[in-house]
Amino acid sequence: MSIIRSLTLLFIALISLLSLPAQAQEDDPGRELLINLAEAPASKVEEALGAIVSSGDPRARSWLEAFGSNRLSRIKDTGDVVVVLNNRGRDWEIANPLTGENMGDMSRRELDRVAINNRIRGQLEGIIAMLDLNAADPDVREASAQDIMGKVDATLVKPLEARLELEENAAVRNRIEQALAIYRVSEGDIEAVDILAGSLHPRARAALNNAVRGDNPALAAKAKQALATIEQKLKLNRAAETLYFGLSLGSVLVLAAIGLAITFGVMGVINMAHGELIMLGAYTTWGMQQLLPGQPGLALILSIPAGFMVAATAGIIIERSVIQYLKGRPLETLLATFGISLILQQLVRTVISPQNRTVVTPEWMSGSLVVNDALSLTLNRMYVLGFALVVFALLMLIMRKTRLGLEVRAVTQNRKMAQSMGIRATRVDIMTFALGSGVAGLAGVALSQLTNVGPNLGQNYIIDSFMVVVFGGVGNLWGTLIAGLSLGTINQLLEPWAGAVLAKIIVLVFIILFIQKRPKGLFPQKGRAAEG
Amino acid sequence: MWLTRPLRERSTQIFLGVLFAALVVVTFLHLFMPQDSALHVSAYTVTLLGKYLCYALLAVAVDLVWGYLGILSLGHGAFFALGGYAMGMYLMRQIGDRGTYGDPVLPDFMVFLNWQELPWYWLGFDMAWFAFIMVLLAPGILALVFGFLAFRSRVTGVYLSIITQALTFALMLAFFRNEMGFGGNNGLTDFRDILGFNLRTDATRLGLFIATGIALGIGYLICRGIVTSKLGRVSIACRDAEARTRFLGYRVERVQLFVFVVSAMLAGVAGALYVPQVGIINPSEFSPIFSIEIVVWVALGGRATLYGAVIGAILVNYAKTVFTGVMPDAWLFALGGLFVLVTVFLPKGIAGLLFERRKKRKDPDADPNTPSDTEREATA
Repeated sequence: MSIIRSLTLLFIALISLLSLPAQAQEDDPGRELLINLAEAPASKVEEALGAIVSSGDPRARSWLEAFGSNRLSRIKDTGDVVVVLNNRGRDWEIANPLTGENMGDMSRRELDRVAINNRIRGQLEGIIAMLDLNAADPDVREASAQDIMGKVDATLVKPLEARLELEENAAVRNRIEQALAIYRVSEGDIEAVDILAGSLHPRARAALNNAVRGDNPALAAKAKQALATIEQKLKLNRAAETLYFGLSLGSVLVLAAIGLAITFGVMGVINMAHGELIMLGAYTTWGMQQLLPGQPGLALILSIPAGFMVAATAGIIIERSVIQYLKGRPLETLLATFGISLILQQLVRTVISPQNRTVVTPEWMSGSLVVNDALSLTLNRMYVLGFALVVFALLMLIMRKTRLGLEVRAVTQNRKMAQSMGIRATRVDIMTFALGSGVAGLAGVALSQLTNVGPNLGQNYIIDSFMVVVFGGVGNLWGTLIAGLSLGTINQLLEPWAGAVLAKIIVLVFIILFIQKRPKGLFPQKGRAAEG
Repeated sequence: MWLTRPLRERSTQIFLGVLFAALVVVTFLHLFMPQDSALHVSAYTVTLLGKYLCYALLAVAVDLVWGYLGILSLGHGAFFALGGYAMGMYLMRQIGDRGTYGDPVLPDFMVFLNWQELPWYWLGFDMAWFAFIMVLLAPGILALVFGFLAFRSRVTGVYLSIITQALTFALMLAFFRNEMGFGGNNGLTDFRDILGFNLRTDATRLGLFIATGIALGIGYLICRGIVTSKLGRVSIACRDAEARTRFLGYRVERVQLFVFVVSAMLAGVAGALYVPQVGIINPSEFSPIFSIEIVVWVALGGRATLYGAVIGAILVNYAKTVFTGVMPDAWLFALGGLFVLVTVFLPKGIAGLLFERRKKRKDPDADPNTPSDTEREATA
């Protein structure tokens, strides 16, 4: 027990020494500390470690990590302690632990490894976590407190309690309390169950489960109750997560379909190459990142206008070269544009590669927003969801508030009459088709952040997109939005008990049946625009 | 009788004559020409031609609904594949205990997946008559249910095309699942014999080729019989003016349903004959791109002619065989280009091209703006 007491004392000492000024390079006390550690016999290692910890040296963590992973060695000649960076082969690459500077290679015969036994190694993890608990950054403190959960043993209780007294950050306090409670529950403390009842952390649940299975009936009953409360909360969180994934999938569907809602819904042109326009947008993002290596974020932002322009240009070419000659023959348009989609796919395969390309996710888009232990929302999906809503709002604005939107609506409602009023219908056709295609390009830019960018990217979305447009009601942008979001959510809701593929099949069959019942979709167009 | 009436038509006589001659010539060249002769038709070629004839029958089925009913089905591959699976299940049961695992009842893939007994829907497929009835019934019932729902609620045009595509897509996803009990993405394969004949002998292959030719002839006759009957006239009227036909008192949806189901069954037969010749059936036959390819065969050959569909199917598939052999990358370019060129420049297909030219020679003063030949047929 003397070890425990000495460590405890040391930790308390360390806390009071928290903010020590950086050491000067000459007669660095760190050198002394390390040599002490290296020379300590097995029984004195704890003492040496304690000295390092209580020195408050900011480099202590890296030393302890190197020690724990067998990477501390002594140079036999000088007695200096070094960190081994690479211990493969005859010559080892070493670095100075005090300055971090690389000292080049040294023959392994000239080095002597600083030994560590398993008992110490087991303690080291807790010691390092305790070191982090004293860090200035509350995020680091919280992460280390989370690390320590479930690993608390008798040695750590006292220093943790001491730390708890000092801690001001509520989140960190909460974590430390939970970490202590897990230990106390395992020791049979009934009061501690209350603290764990509020936690969603899997280790807290594991501790409670152990208590339920334990031989203390009072504790087991209370733990069972606490588990039920947690289960309830988890269920809520799981529902929130499903909803989030559903909305995310829905936003992808909306993005993919909204361009189609313009070309098919408003203009009545069946563009089977729509998926390939999405693919072009995704490849534009990839190309942009190739042009700007090292700046994925900037490249991604620049590919928003670029993707729009590329897809819109492709759309204009398709409209001028094929679709305009097939006006009023929807089935033929379908076939011709399908041919175009095959050509575009093969073009990408031949020119770029049949393999998938990787598009880098910029740093500010990766990671996730942690709501609590059971719920974290991935950031890239959130950005895509927001992007979809912005694109939708912009399209709504264009269709409702601009001259172009007015002309588009006029031409679709009564082409001849619009022409007599001086609207150049052909120009409107081109502009509308370019707009719809450009939005497909935007969808591609967004999709490049979520899925693989490959020649088949478009094919995977074309049927879904048509389903969304038809389900929402042709010619109705709001319908497309609601249809996309709800289909995405339904799909995610079905997935847990049906599996991904079956969920998709069920949704498809549902839409097929729905169209029989309401051939004009959820929100059919009314009035004059509906006839035609 | 409606089935024999088309035999009096010139076009049907020519078509059946050419088909018969082709069957006889191929059989003769295969059986009686020495192996090393340039004129010898190998067993491989016979099977390849048999495959083309299956596609031709499938194209005729699509032309019946697209050309004469105005329904562009993008899901006929599903009916073809269902017929194929029905046949595949029969062939699978015929393997008996000769499979890798030697189980007398369960096909190999079920043993592999640790299934204990045959699922109920596999029962009966060891009997040829039952399987052959299912070849007709499986696609027929699907078409009946789907068509009943769709036509009753008057889903037409592009909407119908898109939901037929969704149908075949959904079926493809379903058949890819191992749990469905149809072999997952490997499908059904490794067949041994059909009706007691070994599938790997040249004689059986020739027999299948001839059977396919006969099926194509009969299928053509049935379609021709339908389109020249009163029902066919009503069907053409539905295509050109659905609302008007309904106002005249015809039950449009019944006509549509009947023609659709017949077409699906023909597609099923084509699939059933296809499977023993290529030796495998897997979910890729359900893929939307295959279904849409069938439509382009018909479009190239000429819509609403039936014989045009046969020409288109054989031409495109011959081109596919050549292209994928010589330069596989170029095939999708060629196919895509075909889609665009045919719809923009050749709306009546090859048959229309030939027909128009003959017409002009006969009647030099013909107005170029007369209704299309299909409409003329409708008003005749």
